[in-house]
Amino acid sequence: MGFWDTLSGRTKPVAPKLDALFALPSASITLQVGANFTMTGRGAVCFRPADGPAFAQTLSDVVELLDQDDDPDVEQSTDEYGFTWLLVRQNDMGALVTDLHAVTTSLEAQGFGQSMLCALVSFTDPSGRGLALVYLYKQGTFYPFAPAGQQRRDNVLELQTRDQLKQDLPIEKDLSRWMALWGAPGL
Amino acid sequence: MKSRFVADHGLTARMTGAMFVLGLLFVVVIVGLMLIVRGPFAIIIGLIGLGIAWYQWYASDTLALKAMRARVVQPHEAPELHAIIDRLCAMADMPKPVVAIAYTDLPNAFATGRSPSRAAVCVTTGILDKLTVDELEGVLAHELSHVAHRDVLVMTLASSAGIITGMLLRGSMYGGFGMFGRRSSSNNNGVPVWLIVLLAAIVVYAISFFAIKLLSRYRELAADRAGAFLTGKPSSLANALTKITGDIAAIPQRDLRAAEPMNAFFIAPAVSGVSWKTLTSTHPSLEQRLEQLAEIATQLGRRLDGGFSPGQGA
Repeated sequence: MGFWDTLSGRTKPVAPKLDALFALPSASITLQVGANFTMTGRGAVCFRPADGPAFAQTLSDVVELLDQDDDPDVEQSTDEYGFTWLLVRQNDMGALVTDLHAVTTSLEAQGFGQSMLCALVSFTDPSGRGLALVYLYKQGTFYPFAPAGQQRRDNVLELQTRDQLKQDLPIEKDLSRWMALWGAPGL
Repeated sequence: MKSRFVADHGLTARMTGAMFVLGLLFVVVIVGLMLIVRGPFAIIIGLIGLGIAWYQWYASDTLALKAMRARVVQPHEAPELHAIIDRLCAMADMPKPVVAIAYTDLPNAFATGRSPSRAAVCVTTGILDKLTVDELEGVLAHELSHVAHRDVLVMTLASSAGIITGMLLRGSMYGGFGMFGRRSSSNNNGVPVWLIVLLAAIVVYAISFFAIKLLSRYRELAADRAGAFLTGKPSSLANALTKITGDIAAIPQRDLRAAEPMNAFFIAPAVSGVSWKTLTSTHPSLEQRLEQLAEIATQLGRRLDGGFSPGQGA
């Protein structure tokens, strides 16, 4: 925030960053080769729904747009904090990322870019462990989230994943930003 | 980026006006001190005043949390509260503040700290009990906006002129540190200098008192605005404000007095004054705040391409 913004008590809304999202396909290959984690074909976007008809209309336009093709329909849900999740299924990482990207650009075009929280794509290994790569829109960084049962995270796996993907993805350096997303759709 | 955030230029202009008056007062006080009070006293008084203001700002987080007897809570102690703040901070791209809980039934919340990277947000158990998750999020977004706007710094700077004149007033009550009387002894017919200084100090103090309260109300409106745009739910903040102010008005006086010094940083003021209310209040009236939130709701509900797609009517 600049000097004048401080004086006038005005925060500039932060625009979501999108470029790093397209690094996911190469990262998913690294994960498969290096750690035997394969993509589940599920990805989800999380955002804060705004009051009023404009947001509802934008959201239904997005869902309609994504449902036009032959692949499985988008699933919409609301979590306990009032955030909306759109769950997308695609067997190809490139197509999945394109869908996630489409949601963000549509919301941003209607001026709701500030509402974007995060996106995630999920992976699993033969032993059944789950892992998600979470993308923070405002920071433009990724972090791994590995739920291991009730409200517990597999921190070792998360740190291993971080080291593995260092080359492919911008990883969030501030560990306190690695939010837990219990029960997120797509995990 | 296309953004729905609309700046309120009227509010910015009024806020700048209030800050200009306070800045001017500060200059007047310093120059006045240098002219009237000869010798090193002027600089010493000015420095002590600035030192007090600096300390209030620098230690604001520890001081405020101590004054409220608040306890810092870790994520495992208050997972829901931390999760809400985590998400808001991620959306606003700001560092996460320290989270604290004050054990009082008074429903309130405040933010403090010298900078966004050294800030604390505190909620009372009363507010946790009374608000829904959505409403609590609205309140926390308001508090985080205070942090992002550096309101502690702005308000401390704004009050430094008041602090210095306050010291002068108190000093002149005890004989003006023995420094105002010297010149008047050679001029027995005129008005004594200490009296002029006293009157000037009273005037400056009065103006700064009202200007600070005015500025505080503008900062509250600005925080409401930024918070409502961040969550996209002005209605939740409006609900929360209605609930909180209603409850605060109903709570007995004794509890209220205990919380009084912290008023400027609370989300809703804990004192229900009857007289002077609009002039001396640190917070805008509930009606004023609800009105602004309703305006934001209208702005959020409008399509940016001007109109709805077919099926919704033209």
